[in-house]
Amino acid sequence: MAEENKNMLNVSSNPHVRDSITTQKIMVYVIIALLPATAFGIWHFGAYTIAVILTTVISSVIFEYLYEKLMKLPITISDGSAALTGLLLALNLPPRIELWVCVIGSFVAIVVVKQLFGGLGQNFMNPALGARCFLLIAYAGKMTNFAYDSFTGPTLLAQLKEHANVNTFNMVIGNEMGTIGEVSVIAIVIGACFLILMGVIDLRIPASYIISFTLFIILFGGQGMNAYYVTAHLAGGGLMLGAFFMATDYVTSPITTKGKIIFGVFCGIMTGVFRVFASGAEGVSYAIILGNLLVPLIERWAPLRHFGYVDPKKGGGKA
Amino acid sequence: MAQYTFSGGIHPYDGKELSKDKPIRDVLPKGDLVYPVSQHIGAPAKPIVQVGDKVKAGQMIAEAGGFVSANIYATVSGTVKAIAKHRVPVGDMVDSIIVENDGLYEEVEYTPAKPLEEQSKEEIIAAVKEAGIVGMGGAGFPTHVKLSPKDPNAIDYVIANCAECEPYLTSDYRRMMENPELLIGGMKCVLKLFDNAKGIIAIEDNKPDAIELLSRLTKDEPRIEVYALQMKYPQGSERHIIYACTKRAINSKMLPADAGCIVNNCDTLVAIHEAVTKHVPLMYRIVTVTGDAIKDPRNFKVRCGTNYKELIEEAGGFVAEPEAVISGGPMMGFSLFDLDVPVTKTSSALLCMKEDIVSRVQESACINCGRCVDACPEKLIPSQLATYAEHEDYEEFNRLYGVECIECGSCTYVCPAKRQLAQAIKSMKKLAIGKARAEAAAAKAKAEAASAGKGGDA
Repeated sequence: MAEENKNMLNVSSNPHVRDSITTQKIMVYVIIALLPATAFGIWHFGAYTIAVILTTVISSVIFEYLYEKLMKLPITISDGSAALTGLLLALNLPPRIELWVCVIGSFVAIVVVKQLFGGLGQNFMNPALGARCFLLIAYAGKMTNFAYDSFTGPTLLAQLKEHANVNTFNMVIGNEMGTIGEVSVIAIVIGACFLILMGVIDLRIPASYIISFTLFIILFGGQGMNAYYVTAHLAGGGLMLGAFFMATDYVTSPITTKGKIIFGVFCGIMTGVFRVFASGAEGVSYAIILGNLLVPLIERWAPLRHFGYVDPKKGGGKA
Repeated sequence: MAQYTFSGGIHPYDGKELSKDKPIRDVLPKGDLVYPVSQHIGAPAKPIVQVGDKVKAGQMIAEAGGFVSANIYATVSGTVKAIAKHRVPVGDMVDSIIVENDGLYEEVEYTPAKPLEEQSKEEIIAAVKEAGIVGMGGAGFPTHVKLSPKDPNAIDYVIANCAECEPYLTSDYRRMMENPELLIGGMKCVLKLFDNAKGIIAIEDNKPDAIELLSRLTKDEPRIEVYALQMKYPQGSERHIIYACTKRAINSKMLPADAGCIVNNCDTLVAIHEAVTKHVPLMYRIVTVTGDAIKDPRNFKVRCGTNYKELIEEAGGFVAEPEAVISGGPMMGFSLFDLDVPVTKTSSALLCMKEDIVSRVQESACINCGRCVDACPEKLIPSQLATYAEHEDYEEFNRLYGVECIECGSCTYVCPAKRQLAQAIKSMKKLAIGKARAEAAAAKAKAEAASAGKGGDA
């Protein structure tokens, strides 16, 4: 029998070819796409941010390794997902955050949000955002202190809420206070364009997010069609980073087109609700996390229409 | 120009440049010929020859075992050596008639056919049935059944499926370039059956010369038109070629005729033409022998029953030991573990690859990226279906319409986690269909028992 097997050809079920894309490549593309925002953050906020970024990335990878080692699971740090989570977490932290807070954030992201629920592909909320929200509650003072160098005081978005005039040009290029990665709209959009070109993300979630948020601000922001006000809301805070990099996280967003659009619209409306009606100035993280939690429900609700679906009530084929 | 296409689908490397410019060459088989009695969907054919009988090419050796079945013909002259189980390309052992080739290639005299204009519809269908023609695109559904819909007058379109969306395959392309008149002739035979139908020759736009040639040859045919379809796999799927041409969508419970369509593959139409106008049965087919392990990739006109090993020799043999040999294309073909199998009516290609990519990829966790959803031409959610399949969860599998899967493999192709999505869904689909049938049968039996019981009481 063994002799016979030697001459046998490889057999497998069809198809017999595969696309060259891998999970690891996707993670690397997303990391590359985050580099403009990362570089801008380092340039804008100073060298200390390098320490923040390295701490979250390295500790995330170490936590993933240790957890998998401890639980006798296959080690998956080479897929790049832990490093990406670490980077995303850093971009969502204030520029002068203490490093031990970063380590706690990485622990929450990797061990609590991701690994305890089954590892890659099983987490029910975005690990980086989950960790950010945990830190926001646990260390509210540190997490909302965006002071750096000689700049102190409320962020532009908070000033906008108090009806102050803000410089929208500064908001777009990123000359403002905020988390390390969220300030420059231009840097974020450059990275997002790269992801769209590489086919990693598409506009279904970001566009429905941004459009529904814009409509919400026009309708309920109290300033109507005030272009200056709407632009300030779009460019301020974490909206762009959230819409392009956080809400599009594969694991925690719906898989179908209908689901993606419902999810995007929900996040847009909730961001508007938090920003306009809640006490704080920002709400992107909470909006996306709430959206993440609703994904299983959205996938149940969004009706599935396969090719050639026949409505039992109407009859007749439809694509 | 309207764009003839569908949503979803993929663009794999097409590899057609290896063999597309190689003219069709006749191959004379040397060794024994093997004719499995099941080369089609439906009942196996019944052998009508005995061991020791002399046969000639074109002589019927097995007759259809029912309405959904097909006759089988000898393709060389010789002696019936055995009727025994033999390996077929899909891997099963099937009862086969084995003919020892006498090397003379004597052929029977065919009864002359009337000109097409004088033939009745019944005569045309009878000729197709007699010739043992089945869908030669791969499924092998008996063609005379396809040509006999409930209401022939409700057929609006006869579609010649010349998409050839499978990578590497060039057999239909060579047919179109070298025998376009036979293809058009076959189309005319089928159009004669359906008075209200328009003929569409549907070709993917990666074959502009074939589109140009057939458009030129059909420009004076009021009932035939050539459509250029956007190149995309699986454009050649029956449901999706109907949608691309007519924007009518059918599901797994419907037949093309429900959308007013009859679809036949390119080579099938050629076989129909030969059967109707010359009474020549289905004996030949075009086979592409290709892949990077083949020295001289080529297209051959092959007599059914020829051993695959002979085709590889004809193509110059291997330049390197292949890791995988596939009967058919890389997307839907069957991988062979043994080359000692015959060419059947549905063998479109023999693809020999130096490297078996599939054996090298490592499966990892699904990250819910949705590439499979975007690629699925049936608009299903393959990642979730595969998970439910692995758990044998019938309820959820049916809720997500798993039985609609056409098994095209697009989901597996695009998956970055390299999951065997199509394989899982395919296996579960068989179980789900079987279960549904068993339940329907049980319900029917119960209803009958109940009504019989009532009758007894009265």
